[in-house]
Amino acid sequence: MKVALWRIAHARSGDKADRADIGLFAYDAETYAVLKREVTRERLAAHFAGFNTGPVELWPLDNILALKIVLNGALQGGAARSLRMDNLGKNVAAQLLRMEIEAPQDLPRMKPVK
Amino acid sequence: MKTVRIGAGLGFYGDSWRPVRASIERGGVQYIASDHLSELTLAILQKDRQKGTASAPPAGYARDCVPMLAELWPLAAKHGVKFVLNAGGLNPEGARHAIAKTFRDKGWQAKIATVTGDSVLERIDELRAAGEALAHMDSGADIASVRDRMLFANAYLGAQPIAEALAQGADIVLTGRVADAALTLGPLAHEFGWRWDDWDRLAAGLTLGHLLECSGQGSGGNFGSAGEWAKVPDYAHLGYPIAEVSADGSALFTKPPGTGGRVSFDTIRQQLLYEVHDPHAYYSPDVVLDMGTLKFDDVGNDRVRVSGASGAARPNTLKIVAGYQDGWMGTGMIGFAWPEAYAKCEKSAEIIQTLVSERGWALEDTNVEYIGYNSLLGANADPTYRDQLNECFLRMTIRTRDKRIADGFGRLFPWLGLSGPPYVGSLKGVQPAKELLGIWPTLVKRELVEKNLKIEIETI
Repeated sequence: MKVALWRIAHARSGDKADRADIGLFAYDAETYAVLKREVTRERLAAHFAGFNTGPVELWPLDNILALKIVLNGALQGGAARSLRMDNLGKNVAAQLLRMEIEAPQDLPRMKPVK
Repeated sequence: MKTVRIGAGLGFYGDSWRPVRASIERGGVQYIASDHLSELTLAILQKDRQKGTASAPPAGYARDCVPMLAELWPLAAKHGVKFVLNAGGLNPEGARHAIAKTFRDKGWQAKIATVTGDSVLERIDELRAAGEALAHMDSGADIASVRDRMLFANAYLGAQPIAEALAQGADIVLTGRVADAALTLGPLAHEFGWRWDDWDRLAAGLTLGHLLECSGQGSGGNFGSAGEWAKVPDYAHLGYPIAEVSADGSALFTKPPGTGGRVSFDTIRQQLLYEVHDPHAYYSPDVVLDMGTLKFDDVGNDRVRVSGASGAARPNTLKIVAGYQDGWMGTGMIGFAWPEAYAKCEKSAEIIQTLVSERGWALEDTNVEYIGYNSLLGANADPTYRDQLNECFLRMTIRTRDKRIADGFGRLFPWLGLSGPPYVGSLKGVQPAKELLGIWPTLVKRELVEKNLKIEIETI
């Protein structure tokens, strides 16, 4: 079934020049395996189309059950020249938590739909 | 077995130092590592340096270091706590003089060191003559395109000069631009006598510095999540993080007893990856860290054991971040109540666009956002309730080369109050033009910067 990431993971984002970077963290190992399989560079590129203009990079970190995601070209050139309210990209992680992936419905720490 | 306890100071220029008191009083720290400089802060300090007045002479350093030390120093001295801060910004000597004056006025004693040599703005031509292209790290663009608009250019220095200043007996070390984590790695290398090619230990120190450099973000603040953030206890008294470090570089990561916030596997792994690019090659001037071998053991009660860092040899280059003038931003805002709050914002944006095009204003870019709907989530905002919003604010921003256009843009909006759509709010004055800055990251051979390194100590 389709599950939004906020139900099974947490995330923080930040900025470096024109790059927005996101750490996405599974609450448990079983969920991490699902994230690693389903959160692909292609799906991320589609989710952030219209926001990010550069390539998407992705690294899994098994030791901390995390995915490191970098959007190269997401901040209108950088926080100090950005016209956006969120010039620092602090909410890019919230954008990501809205992405839906295919996941089993019995993941251990899945939050109920609001 | 010897351990060294280092506590986080500020995480940015303007952050609160109130929580640092608990780290000194109850956290048993020997050092406070205080990070006052984000990527953008030097731009703010450059403007400050240009615009001094008689009552507030130009400083060029993060002014908050003076009241912070004035308030905390008696307590720090009593507990034998030393401070390492990058608050020197573009003028570490100026910061030292301001602090020295305060200390003399109060009759306090201290050895205050400055580390300088990071600023290369005046050396761009010299560096280029020495064969450094200083091309943009990502785009490869030629620096000539921004050279005459450049406002600051500083290399990120490492932990060695900080350790050296401490070895010379400094109680307070003031730097300009250094790698944020060097504020922690410097004291650790000094205390444990780590060799500068002991890559795994240096990588461990870098890890801890990175976990400490954003103050409350390392102890439960800004815990990005749905629902979980609400379980973080007592935000009002959130304690800043502390690392209790052993000689092998492993550490117990925690916070002072009796404070709010949370140190857990969840909160510190968020900080570990914060503003990191390739986690297997996290560059600093002193070592390259691979985060893939780190181990975090949550042992409960706001304590996490951190171990397993692996490091590779430091780079032969240092990173420079320069900032250049990149046009002006004009801002206009207006808010509307139900009914049709969003539709009225959209109509107002259309009216403003018409006025702009009739004036023939040359704009490089226009940004239209609806506060209450999509100003933070952008294209990922959910449109389901867009047409039933209780209220909505239009925020429009433009980028232009002409400051007068940027100023004029904001002045288009108040007129809408009487001549636009109904049930209007937020007519709170006009926002003036804001200067925009481009960031220019580049690399330089380290010895070309390091030959100008200078450590000075003033005894008060």
